[in-house]
Amino acid sequence: MSGDDLLVVRGLVAGYGAAPVLHGVDLTVPAGTIAAVVGANGAGKTTLLRALSGMLRPLAGRVALAGDDLRGVPVEQLVRRGMAHVPEGRGVVGELTVDENLRLGGLWRRDRADATRALDEVYQLFEPLARRRRHLGHQLSGGERQMLALGRALVGRPRLLLLDEPSLGLAPRVVAQTMALLRQLREATGLTVLLVEQNVRSALSVADQGVVMALGRVVSTAPAARLRDDDDLRHAYLGF
Amino acid sequence: MDRFVFLTLDGLSRGAVYAAFALALVLIWRAARIVNFAQGAMAVATAYVAYSVSAATGSYWLGFLAALAAGLLLGAAVDLAVMRFVDHRSPLNPVIVALGLVLLIQAVLGMVYGNEFLPAEAPFSRSALTVAGVAVLSPYDLFAFAAVGVVVVGLAWIFTRTAVGLRMRAAAFAPEVSRLLGVNVGGMLTLGWALASGVGALAGMLVIPTELGLHPHAMDLVFVSAFTAAVVGGLDSPPGAVVGGLAVGLLLSYVSGYAGSDLTPLAVLVLLLAVLLVRPGGLFAPVAARRV
Repeated sequence: MSGDDLLVVRGLVAGYGAAPVLHGVDLTVPAGTIAAVVGANGAGKTTLLRALSGMLRPLAGRVALAGDDLRGVPVEQLVRRGMAHVPEGRGVVGELTVDENLRLGGLWRRDRADATRALDEVYQLFEPLARRRRHLGHQLSGGERQMLALGRALVGRPRLLLLDEPSLGLAPRVVAQTMALLRQLREATGLTVLLVEQNVRSALSVADQGVVMALGRVVSTAPAARLRDDDDLRHAYLGF
Repeated sequence: MDRFVFLTLDGLSRGAVYAAFALALVLIWRAARIVNFAQGAMAVATAYVAYSVSAATGSYWLGFLAALAAGLLLGAAVDLAVMRFVDHRSPLNPVIVALGLVLLIQAVLGMVYGNEFLPAEAPFSRSALTVAGVAVLSPYDLFAFAAVGVVVVGLAWIFTRTAVGLRMRAAAFAPEVSRLLGVNVGGMLTLGWALASGVGALAGMLVIPTELGLHPHAMDLVFVSAFTAAVVGGLDSPPGAVVGGLAVGLLLSYVSGYAGSDLTPLAVLVLLLAVLLVRPGGLFAPVAARRV
């Protein structure tokens, strides 16, 4: 294990009730890189993210963030250790305003001045949000919700960003913008991203590392570019 | 006309107390999706605390503060010791547990203090002041108005302007997402119970001196009116609770003033039925959030 690996997962078993969905997942994400987890529906991608962020208690295995074992760390503490999880469907709180949603992302921070700075940066990054500060979350379009969920995670200045299906229900142009933004954030702030996607092409286009999952296991890990060009693997697991 | 003015003002001052009590119900409903049927019994328990403290110290105000503090603690205790362990998958479970709490609290109060009416002291005169020959509010009514006003404004400030208020709302609307954002959802729930129960204690302290006195069942009828007020306003809406409380207060005052006080329980029931038939979500129900 290299000291530069931000996220290290070994033998992770997790699921709902007694039936595991993940059967021993191994995964390593180096700091400052983007990893894309791809695979068919039901491969366990969302379950993986939920187990990583503690929303689902793992049955076995080890998850380490920057060398610290996360076992027994309550969900609400993970954000303090630098992990931000943007859940499937994005989790914008519809009853709160855009501004309240964003501030919620930084409430846990002690450094209030920097929390305010981060908020301003997010408004600069996502112009449409700045224009809709007082609108309620459920009044936003799909693309705006995406910005809000992502922006809310960024207000916490995470080291590791877990993103679940950011392309879901969005126009191709918006998906492309989101992917470009991840790239840009990685360059600018050294953000590490673990991305789960159905949209294999766009996920692999932005990622450094591709992780192919099938039936709750990682079946292949390779540089994203190589995965894109590996016809056998694509046919076998990704269906194109 | 004089009588109408008097009944209106009297109704509003009663309504202010219902508003506070309805607000307590709404707070818990929003935080925990539980209609706290034990609210009345809990408020009576805190009024007994005030009775004991006032009797020991000779000061109404020390008793008053003790009741508010007891309300906060009792609310937190009910959440941590009871409701936390109730399976919420069926909405009936917490309701039954709350009704059980009513029986428990009333039985314990009866055993400790007896089932006789105890005198409940009012800190200000309850005789109405006369302005230009018209009997209007009493100093005690003004005190009740002011106390409820401070609580309503204070709660609005907490929920809309403070970080802890934002956390509480987020935890209520989206518990899972809130935890991912570092919010201690369980703690916010306990705080919600504490605040609601504190507001309930205040309402109890304000209303009991205007009724027959202190008794384990002293809040039973008040609870019915306040519950109606909360439903009229819409259980999800704090402003609705305030408006509903004032409306119920006015209704009761007019009905008892013009038609006789025997009819007031019936009037409350008719209002409750009418609202449930015409607008089941309450008058202030927010338009259902669009889910995409």
